[in-house]
Amino acid sequence: MNTPNRIGCRSERVSVSEGTRNGSVKGRVLVVDDDASLAEMLTIVLRNEGFEPIWVSHGDQAYPAYQESRPDLILLDLMLPGRDGVEICRQIRSESGVPIVMLTAKSDTIDVVAGLEAGADDYVAKPFKAKELVARIKTRLRRQLGENESETLRIGDLTIKVDGHSVERDGKPIQLTPLEFDLLLALARKPWQVFSREVLLEQVWGYRHAADTRLVNVHVQRLRSKIERDPEHPEIVVTVRGIGYKAGEPKQPK
Amino acid sequence: MSVPSITERQPWWKWPLNWWWRSLPLRVISTVFLASLVVVILGGFLIMRQATTGVIDTKKDSVKSEAAAAMANAQETLDNAAVTSSVRPNDLFQTLVANLAARSGTDRYLVIAFVNRQVVRTGQVDISSVPAALRAEVTEPGNEDKLFITPTGMRTTNEVTTRPGFAVGTMLEMPGSGAYETYLLFPLEQEQQTLNVLGTAVISTSALLVLLLTIIASLVSRQVVAPVRAARRAAESLALGNLSNRMRVRGQDDLARLAASMNYMASELEKQINQLEELSAVQQRFVSDVSHELRTPLTTVRMAAEVLYEAREDFDPVAARSAELLQAELDRFEALLTDLLEISRFDAGAAVLSLDRVDLVPIVEQVVAAHRRFAEEAGATVTIHAPGPCNAEVDARRIERIVRNLLTNAIEHSEGRPIDIWLASDDDAVAIAVRDHGVGFEASQAKQVFHRFWRADPARTRTIGGSGLGLSIAMEDARLHGGWLTAWGRPGMGAQFRLTLPREHGGILEQSPLPLVPRDLVGPSVSRVDGVEFAQPLTSSPVSAAPAQDVAAGQRSGEE
Repeated sequence: MNTPNRIGCRSERVSVSEGTRNGSVKGRVLVVDDDASLAEMLTIVLRNEGFEPIWVSHGDQAYPAYQESRPDLILLDLMLPGRDGVEICRQIRSESGVPIVMLTAKSDTIDVVAGLEAGADDYVAKPFKAKELVARIKTRLRRQLGENESETLRIGDLTIKVDGHSVERDGKPIQLTPLEFDLLLALARKPWQVFSREVLLEQVWGYRHAADTRLVNVHVQRLRSKIERDPEHPEIVVTVRGIGYKAGEPKQPK
Repeated sequence: MSVPSITERQPWWKWPLNWWWRSLPLRVISTVFLASLVVVILGGFLIMRQATTGVIDTKKDSVKSEAAAAMANAQETLDNAAVTSSVRPNDLFQTLVANLAARSGTDRYLVIAFVNRQVVRTGQVDISSVPAALRAEVTEPGNEDKLFITPTGMRTTNEVTTRPGFAVGTMLEMPGSGAYETYLLFPLEQEQQTLNVLGTAVISTSALLVLLLTIIASLVSRQVVAPVRAARRAAESLALGNLSNRMRVRGQDDLARLAASMNYMASELEKQINQLEELSAVQQRFVSDVSHELRTPLTTVRMAAEVLYEAREDFDPVAARSAELLQAELDRFEALLTDLLEISRFDAGAAVLSLDRVDLVPIVEQVVAAHRRFAEEAGATVTIHAPGPCNAEVDARRIERIVRNLLTNAIEHSEGRPIDIWLASDDDAVAIAVRDHGVGFEASQAKQVFHRFWRADPARTRTIGGSGLGLSIAMEDARLHGGWLTAWGRPGMGAQFRLTLPREHGGILEQSPLPLVPRDLVGPSVSRVDGVEFAQPLTSSPVSAAPAQDVAAGQRSGEE
């Protein structure tokens, strides 16, 4: 086994290319939900949209199913029989950057934050519209198709290779999920600009209208914990009080 | 939370009075002090009076008898002298006075006699020591044999002050040459001294008594007040939420029973509050569970409806229309569910503010932009009048919801007439007023419009399909901010809903920067001005709001 994140990214790419080869399949989506009717409905909608859905109803089956099917995206209900959704999220995230979108009935509770902190990229609050869900899934998958640019950017003392989806410090790679990479890239592309949370929500998460700014807060914290030398005193993703975030000054790597 | 204090800001000279009113021991102690002082002074006065009278009367009696004896003796001497020889009266009196004085022993009395315009006396006693009244009495004809006694102030010629004493006078008859006034002056020094000693004793005893009584009063009052104060502290601590605090119960007296009752009350309160908290927790959990349990099937239904709706062209007309209705009503159902859950969250006290300092103008603009299509469908134009940024510390999500609810309500009732949204701010508050010129409502309904599921006219159809909870939720949101949400309406003249919020969270609202009654109805001076210029007076809102408030007072029935 190579570094986990690499494998995650690569396998996603492979399956996406498989999907395109099939012509109709846009990606494989693992649905983890204990409600059979909802799961079936999701399966119908996803298949309609050209995805290949796989369904598991029990928390204990979620991780084996993930390992077996290597999906491009996971739709994860937080309240599950057997293992808890947050726990599953954490386990999968520990070895892969595969996009995870939570399905939650309690959008205003700490469950959402717990799920985001466990590594979920986004969440959809029940009751959602099919179009809304599909839009969220597509945003997360489109991001991974990547921009075919051979750009190399600097932010702080980090080097970002856009085409390779890689981030390095002093030649050593840092593992980021695709979402964290997108977030960092958005900031690095315009180092002079201060991004409000709303702008980041639109650019990285694809929300047109105001959405939950906790998404940004939690993922900035996760990103910082990976790239900052001292996450308590960030130098790469800097908070601009009352406005949002901006990229830190580029430094020459030692 | 703080215990209400009795003291307000007061000038320093009122502090002692305050202290007096606030401290029960002080009141008890000073009352006892003053009362015992009065009693002791009165008592001392009486004692001294009686003692003085007693001493003086005794002295007077002894003076009388002694004087009588001395005078009788002197008269006898005179009688004998007159019989035996013929001497000059002056010489004779000289001897007589000397004898009298010698009889008195060591300065017990002084003698003074007036003989033929000459004064014969012992010691350097002054003539003024004999009161004129006494002399008049003594020299009165017919009183020759009587002995007169009167109190006097006596002094010697080289003394300035007088000493108290008794003057006794009579006429001594000298056979052959006439009668001469003779006076004996008895000093009261001994008695005075005795009385002085007695006075000192009375005063010092009284002072000691007052002091001791005061000390006793303070001890007693402390004994009574200490448990009362402990009870007060316990009650305050209860009020602050320390329900587990208890008072110490000592003994079996009334105060111990007070402590026991306080403790009983505390434990009952604790029980009740715990019960309520449990109920509230159950309620919150229930709401949360209902929310979860309802949402999952609703999601399925909604997605199924969407699938049917997308495919409606393939259906026969009846099925197609049904799919459309299903889709539309699901939106309403979802809105209703969301609102119901929100209301029950308020009821459970589970709603919390997430505060931020924001400008309200962009929030209003966003809401208006989002509802432009609805407004156009209803034929209403929405105009925002903002004098400038209106910053306040609020929960932006809730304010957005309030504005949304007010705006949809206004559009729904606008009858296609224009809608105006006014914003204004002053030092303490910000306000948003949404004015429509639609159907309006009766002044008496200004409170009812905020009731849940209330409709001005039950026969009226809903166009946007609000849940009927929008204004109730807006009211709860406003309350959560410590703000006001007030409605004004008249049939056929439209309605105005005014939201007033404190600039800083926790601030107390005193007046709104916007009048309750719409400006276009307030007076002729402003009624014909168009939107932009009309917005001008808003910048000086505290001043311009005043006359408007007066009018509002005249039509107060519309106010909350």
